[in-house]
Amino acid sequence: MEKVISWLDARFPLTASYKAHLSEYFAPKNFNFWYYFGSLALLVLVIQIVTGIFLTMNYKPDANLAFASVEYIMRDVPLGWLIRYTHSTGASAFFIVVYLHMFRGLIYGSFRQPRELIWIFGMLIYLCLMGEAFFGYLLPWGQMSYWGAQVIVNLFSTVPLVGDSLSTLIRGDFVVSDATLNRFFALHVIAMPLVLVGLIAAHLVALHEVGSNNPDGVEIKKHKGENGHPLDGIPFHPYYTVKDILGVTVFLIVFTSILFFAPEMGGYFLEANNFIPADSLKTPMHIAPVWYFTPYYAILRAVPPLLGSQFPGVAAMGVSVMIFFALPWLDRSPVKSIRYRGPKFKFALTLFVIAFLGLGFLGTQAPSPTYTLISRILSVVYFLFFLLMPWYTKNDSYKTEPERVTDK
Amino acid sequence: MSEMSVDGSKRRFLVAMSAAVGGVAAVGAATPFVASLMPSARALAAGAPVEVNISKLEPGMIVTVEWRGKPVWVVHRTPEMLAMLAKHDDRLTDPNSMDDQQPEYCKNPARAIKPEYFVGVGICTHLGCSPNFRPEIAPADLGSDWPGGFFCPCHGSRYDLASRVFKGSPAPKNMVVPPYKYLSDSKILVGEDHKA
Repeated sequence: MEKVISWLDARFPLTASYKAHLSEYFAPKNFNFWYYFGSLALLVLVIQIVTGIFLTMNYKPDANLAFASVEYIMRDVPLGWLIRYTHSTGASAFFIVVYLHMFRGLIYGSFRQPRELIWIFGMLIYLCLMGEAFFGYLLPWGQMSYWGAQVIVNLFSTVPLVGDSLSTLIRGDFVVSDATLNRFFALHVIAMPLVLVGLIAAHLVALHEVGSNNPDGVEIKKHKGENGHPLDGIPFHPYYTVKDILGVTVFLIVFTSILFFAPEMGGYFLEANNFIPADSLKTPMHIAPVWYFTPYYAILRAVPPLLGSQFPGVAAMGVSVMIFFALPWLDRSPVKSIRYRGPKFKFALTLFVIAFLGLGFLGTQAPSPTYTLISRILSVVYFLFFLLMPWYTKNDSYKTEPERVTDK
Repeated sequence: MSEMSVDGSKRRFLVAMSAAVGGVAAVGAATPFVASLMPSARALAAGAPVEVNISKLEPGMIVTVEWRGKPVWVVHRTPEMLAMLAKHDDRLTDPNSMDDQQPEYCKNPARAIKPEYFVGVGICTHLGCSPNFRPEIAPADLGSDWPGGFFCPCHGSRYDLASRVFKGSPAPKNMVVPPYKYLSDSKILVGEDHKA
């Protein structure tokens, strides 16, 4: 065995990589609950890729056959329903895990210098994931698939001057049609996953270069022992692999419970209208995107048209996603972690969470004057969280950061 | 080696030129891929005109046909409906159809060749949903000032029975009236008019 390993090591950095990323990657010893979601996101990615590969074996990306082929998978393919529901539940699970992972970054300042690039890679992964979810949602060719795609593609047609050509280019037709379905399939199963995997690799390489942040937001590399390893660091393997196995176990209990008992999640994971084949002549009575897009959708609806153009709403929605990229440069606080931040940041963050969840709820509801008013207020709160951040993080009161990580 | 002189500016020039030529080649190579994303010849050919028989369309009723993959409505408007059209001009974004959303011969208050038959593309000018036909006056869910019209379920845009958009809707424009002509009193051809 040793001979085989040394033969390999002479030709490929096997042991070196194992050490660099697992057995001698020193992670802070004070990781808590919030640090499960990175590895869980990786797990969900694997679930999605494996189930996705098996779904493509029976799925037909053709406007005349797609809906029936999904029903075929659900009814006739042995255990096909399980693979399909795993994939559709996995999509929602991916967003739940990623939102919690992002929230962790937000409260412990993981996006701060020197981890700006990790945050940017992470945001690109998030965008990629949104694209993946959007393209994938058209594939079952149900009513929600069809009209959801119609609305999202038309967002691009509101861009001044080039809008109409742009949306035609995306659809490959003047309406969402077979051409659109076919290309979305190509993007969903090949293009986006390739980009996604590349970005995840970059995210991890950058993370392992800089080292992980922790709930105290202090750099463990500042205090190294005689052996050159951080005093507050422990090897990722076995310490955190064991911890993550616990996380995976608990996650899978929740995941499989949803999978077997509520795969549609009351219409939030799979919408009822999507069990009706796409009909280009009839929009469903109430259309709403899947839950993970609803905060942005609510912002889109909250902005009234200006100068006869819907573009401001579309722009506001785009900015509401993109503004996360600027976070490392908006935050001017001298400490990273929420543990040592003052009341202003905590207040702003609380309002932001309320706004995000509130908008998320409003995005699932049919439009009404009261809801529009509330979503306008919450949209303003959403943007103020970012726009006022340089001010309130600078003028906040702070506790002194400890030199070393704490044992809480 | 270090004593060998390197002509830095020549090297920069060569790198810049190679990059520029390579860039042009990349754009050239990308052209067929982008071109292949445009609508195919088959998609372009699918725009044939559609014939609609309106002899069995009762007053107050709507029929939907497909033209270029889009829903086209033909509504048989009652005299009461036509009377309602004139009563809410001040609440409309574009009551006189100034925007270029209809053929010249439909640029009238009823937005139709014959006022009693309205022909329109049933695609909301907001984000492309197909609004619902709601001819009833002042239903509970649409409010007491609803004169009958089209309501878009996606984002709540409101149109009257001539597809004219109400102020305060997310939709910026009136819905499109396609080119059409009467083949006879009971037959309409959607997608072609006398000019063509």
